Amino acid sequence: MAHAATHDQHDDHHHGAPKGFFARWVMSTNHKDIGTLYLVLSLIAFFIGGSFAMVIRAELFKPGLQLVQPYFFNEMTTLHALVMIFGAVMPAFVGLGNWMIPLMIGAPDMALPRMNNLSFWLLPFAFVLLLSTLFLPGGGPAGGWTLYPPLSLQGQSLAYSVFAIHLMGISSIMGAINIIATILNLRAPGMDLLKMPVFVWTWLITAFLLIAVMPVLAGAVTMLLTDKYFGTSFFNAAGGGDPVLYQHIFWFFGHPEVYIMILPAFGLISEIIPTFARKPIFGYKAMVFAVASIAFLSFIVWAHHMFAVGLPLGADIFFMYATMLIAVPTGVKVFNWVSTMWGGSMSFETPMLWAVAFVILFTIGGFSGLMLALVPADFQYHDSYFVVAHFHYVLVTGAIFAIIAGVYYWLPKWTGRMYSEFWGKVHFWNSVVWVNVLFFPQHFLGLAGMPRRIPDYNVAFANFNMVSSIGGFLFGASQLIFLGVIVHCVFFSRKQALDRVWEGARGLEWTVPSPAPHHTFEVPPLIHDEDLAHGHAVD
Amino acid sequence: MGQHQDVYFVPSKSQWPIVAAVVLFLTVFGAGHWLNAEPGESGFGKTFLLIGFVGVLAMFFGWFRAVIRESLAGRYNAQVDRSFRMGMMWFIFSEVMFFGAFFGALFYARLYAVPWLGGEGHGVLTHQFLWNDYAAAWGANGGNGPARIGGSFETVPPWGMPLLNTLILLTSSVTVTIAHHAIKDGHRGRVLLFLGLTVLLGASFLYFQANEYMEAYRELNLTLKSGVYGSTFFMLTGFHGMHVTLGTIMLAVMWLRELKGHFTRDHHFAFEAVAWYWHFVDVVWLGLFIFVYIL
Repeated sequence: MAHAATHDQHDDHHHGAPKGFFARWVMSTNHKDIGTLYLVLSLIAFFIGGSFAMVIRAELFKPGLQLVQPYFFNEMTTLHALVMIFGAVMPAFVGLGNWMIPLMIGAPDMALPRMNNLSFWLLPFAFVLLLSTLFLPGGGPAGGWTLYPPLSLQGQSLAYSVFAIHLMGISSIMGAINIIATILNLRAPGMDLLKMPVFVWTWLITAFLLIAVMPVLAGAVTMLLTDKYFGTSFFNAAGGGDPVLYQHIFWFFGHPEVYIMILPAFGLISEIIPTFARKPIFGYKAMVFAVASIAFLSFIVWAHHMFAVGLPLGADIFFMYATMLIAVPTGVKVFNWVSTMWGGSMSFETPMLWAVAFVILFTIGGFSGLMLALVPADFQYHDSYFVVAHFHYVLVTGAIFAIIAGVYYWLPKWTGRMYSEFWGKVHFWNSVVWVNVLFFPQHFLGLAGMPRRIPDYNVAFANFNMVSSIGGFLFGASQLIFLGVIVHCVFFSRKQALDRVWEGARGLEWTVPSPAPHHTFEVPPLIHDEDLAHGHAVD
Repeated sequence: MGQHQDVYFVPSKSQWPIVAAVVLFLTVFGAGHWLNAEPGESGFGKTFLLIGFVGVLAMFFGWFRAVIRESLAGRYNAQVDRSFRMGMMWFIFSEVMFFGAFFGALFYARLYAVPWLGGEGHGVLTHQFLWNDYAAAWGANGGNGPARIGGSFETVPPWGMPLLNTLILLTSSVTVTIAHHAIKDGHRGRVLLFLGLTVLLGASFLYFQANEYMEAYRELNLTLKSGVYGSTFFMLTGFHGMHVTLGTIMLAVMWLRELKGHFTRDHHFAFEAVAWYWHFVDVVWLGLFIFVYIL
């Protein structure tokens, strides 16, 4: 193979980014630019989805209907979830993966860079399609993000939501294929699989989950589409179908999906804690195998979302025990993060603060998950605010906190400048206080019997709802600090970042200059001990 | 980890991804608008759908043309080749999971939903109060549910056209494998013959399938609307048929590329990718033949 030919049409290859805006951002084949696009999209979606949440909390501030009509409220709960899951959390992880995986394994770019660009550019179109349904006569999807039939079959918006989900699914599958091919095929010599950073490992496993379940979601929503528009009877009992069938197919996707949103977070935390504890991660292999076990278990626990639909008793019992089993590998992970910190010389820069908060608050979400796994208890908790509290602890203080930690951790590497540590900490302490004011009372609301997805409630729930709403407004406002910190760091900060931004940081990404040049590792790097995030070049 | 190149290959920037995103958006936006159009009113939905669809075809043509040119210019090294192989393998895996969703629906409807409506297990009370005249059965006598949605129908007998189609697809898998060996041996004439045969077999499969559909609609009253039986029957065989169509087109493109001499003994990944896809379509059909037609 002629190496001279590998730099075809690369007039810009050695001179940094292309000049034109369109050429650079729209026709890109550069993993860093595409990663940036993903992260910017994710930030925008985070604020759009967040504004929907503000509407929800404002309406729930007091009992009674104050601000919005019930249908609009239902649109807000539905779209808040869809935008946050598919627009904020997943693209943020793909953005972080895009930026960092090639840097962490010594690859020049993603394995299939043009497909990478298509994966990104499908998303803005998918969200235009989804959000445009708000302006349809009859309104947008309002049956909850799970789109359960027969409720979801009402209204004109179904076709658009289904097609938006198809586009997002295509994007996710292509992104996942790209990540797998990059990790399996483009690692620098010496970067053995069991020497890769944990973040890369978690993404490899997440990508497998994505390829396995996104097509299943596509199938499920296609059945919704044909049931509504083409007269099929998949979910129509009169025709021999069953609405519960949809729930089975949906949650066969849905449970791995929630791990898709947390496994890369585990990876981020596993990179950040060793850096600021100045100790290698405790039990590297156990961490990798724990993630693999969690991924495996995610395929055999889906019906724990459906305990209340009247499953056969045997199914209830199987899914209960399988679900409780997940606590074992997750416990291993929490134990190993704590053990990594144990006896380390810790310092608490902003990324570390978020990481430590993640470990504590995610564990709270894990425990409430364990409570929900118990069939008899779940009959009580099901579809109550307890469930809302549970999944916001794992998704906000879990996934989102980890993403924010990752952004603070690598922002200096991306921009070449330091963010404001003071404002980072202000952001952190505001977030960590208000997020608990926001979500902790929801446990009590749920236990007291307040159902989820309702715009009005019994006056008995008034106090905790008001507290929760105040927490919500202030948590939302705190995220504007985040925006300020990012804008300041990208455009105004004068403080140069070192190549190895954090003195305790290990791994290949810290061997390239800050900011990372447009092209890195055009030639596979030689790997030394200090270039490996965990372990040694020669065992 | 395999051997590494001294220098990595990173492709140049391209307009095709954004073109792809735009035409896909036009397609689904048009389709959504069309589906929601009032009867008699066509609106702009159809137009958008058509523009989008033609755009998708043009995009595939343009994108693959660019890739083929780079490939013929020898720009892809062994590492790029491995990336392509992984990409195709995992794409086929995602397709397997897509069909899995519909097979899952079939098994669930047959093993649980329909028997429960007939009063089995915990469906006793539902049966007694809602559908007490419904005797659960799969196929012609109950596969369209207690409301007999779509009216009474007959099922397609497996030992006629479906058996013929099974033999056609199995034969086509053999011919495509012979063509693959012929490429490796450098026998162009044999490649063109057997690849051409494969294309013809694929096309004849589609012809018989279309006949079967027409017969189902006209004579058996088996339609997409025949309850869950019709839904699973037509969605499974229909998606499979779409994949055979795509596969046949891809095989035909491979035939043209072989005619133009694009493939060498060592470099013919495009052909191999299509062959993998064809085998996948074949295996899905075997599943359909057993679970949809015979059982």
